[in-house]
Amino acid sequence: MAYITFGGVDFRYGLDDPLIIRNFNLELERGELFTLVGPSGCGKTTVLHMLAGFESPSAGVLQVDARPVRGPQRDRIVIFQEPDSLYPWLTGLENVEFPLRVMGVPRAERRSRAEEALRLVGLHGHGEKHPGHLSGGMKQRIQLARALVLDAPVLLMDEPFAALDAQTRQILQEELVQIAARTQRTILFITHDIQEAIFLADRIGVMTAGPEATLKTIVDVPLPRPRMRGSAAFGLLYEEINQVLSVEVRRVLRREDSLL
Amino acid sequence: MSRVARRRGLRVLGYVASVTVVLALWQYLSGRAIIPLLFPSPISTWKVGWGLAAKGQLGADAWASLGRILAGFVLGSALGVVGGMFMGSFRPVRLFFEPYVQFLRFLPALAWIPAVMLWLGTGERAKITLLAYTTVFIVALNTMVGVTRVPRNQVRAARSFGASRWQIFCLVTIPATVGYMLTGMRLAMGNCFMTVVAAELVASDTGLGYLIFSSRQWMQTELAFVGIFVLGMMGLVADQIFRAATGKLLWRYESSLGHSRQ
Repeated sequence: MAYITFGGVDFRYGLDDPLIIRNFNLELERGELFTLVGPSGCGKTTVLHMLAGFESPSAGVLQVDARPVRGPQRDRIVIFQEPDSLYPWLTGLENVEFPLRVMGVPRAERRSRAEEALRLVGLHGHGEKHPGHLSGGMKQRIQLARALVLDAPVLLMDEPFAALDAQTRQILQEELVQIAARTQRTILFITHDIQEAIFLADRIGVMTAGPEATLKTIVDVPLPRPRMRGSAAFGLLYEEINQVLSVEVRRVLRREDSLL
Repeated sequence: MSRVARRRGLRVLGYVASVTVVLALWQYLSGRAIIPLLFPSPISTWKVGWGLAAKGQLGADAWASLGRILAGFVLGSALGVVGGMFMGSFRPVRLFFEPYVQFLRFLPALAWIPAVMLWLGTGERAKITLLAYTTVFIVALNTMVGVTRVPRNQVRAARSFGASRWQIFCLVTIPATVGYMLTGMRLAMGNCFMTVVAAELVASDTGLGYLIFSSRQWMQTELAFVGIFVLGMMGLVADQIFRAATGKLLWRYESSLGHSRQ
């Protein structure tokens, strides 16, 4: 049985509201890096929030490790696109310590584990600064360290690099691949950037345009790592996914046109 | 000299020049274009003030006003913070109290003086109550808004880490609201300095408000000017002290006001 299972999941906000997600089916294996792409507004984040426990499915089965998801839990940590989940009154190190503080881990152990997590994301020695003094890339590293410090087996990443400049984004992508390989996490990674999806993923899921969005297709990424963005195989895969995705994006655009 | 230091120096110089010019002009005009009895000159105001200070009366009045302001401000702020926290955290509490808060915040303490005198007499209690009144709503409303604007993802993250509701309140909601509380308190302190004059109308024989009002009886306009000047200076200094004391805190908590600096 798969580690994470979405079985026929529907989602709507209220009983009389339209379906946002309809019959969403997906199985993730332990240690897999799965990226989800789709037209903006299709409900990618909703899927991630259901797995995080922030939202509940209106119908269907959602399980992690054979147990149904009921609310947020320490085994599934979200890395948000915006750094507004960091606590600006705490230093970077204290932010990373925060989950351990909640758990009541003694101070000395907390500190050493947080420093270890900062080292893992390449921020060792930068922990004394407050988030307001850190660059966008550093803030996302702090978020990642805060998830790693808990040894959460599942990381839920919601376009975490979308707001970063191209160079920083590439570096963080490379580091994420290494960290994922080293720490054996199961990662659901949302992005609208096909290149990012191919660079990172073991498999890529493409979603249909919403409302009533669902998974349209799953593409395997058989390329060896480290992946070369300029290689022919990379380019072919890009075209393949781009074609599937642009059909959906065009559907969104047509609908927006008809609304005008 | 660094550019920053030079700019600051120029600014101070500008202030000093402005004050000097206005005082000189005022001194020149008084006795020529304006009647000193109605609008005394800076020098005669200074002399009266100095005499009052030498007798110890000015210090006593300033001290009396400051003590009332401080008592009312601290009491009102404490009530406001606690009340705002409850209103922000629990919707029923908010719905129950919001109409009164929104109604009362437009009523100046002045309007309550007769009623408060009937209820509490004319002693210190009445004055401190009026000052607390002028503080409490603005602090409560700011705190309440702060609580409702805690970034959603900060709470979501804490829930993922397994934080209880109480932990979220202590470790996220309170610190995320500090900036709003301090902003409300700073505004409230301004209100207190304005209200103290009115509060000291209530059968008082001490305080700067008393000084200002009693001057009218003997046409001692200088006395009123002395009171106004001292009260204004005290407000200015108090605001600077409050800013200096909370500046560092505010800086740290400010980025929790919904936006983040890149």
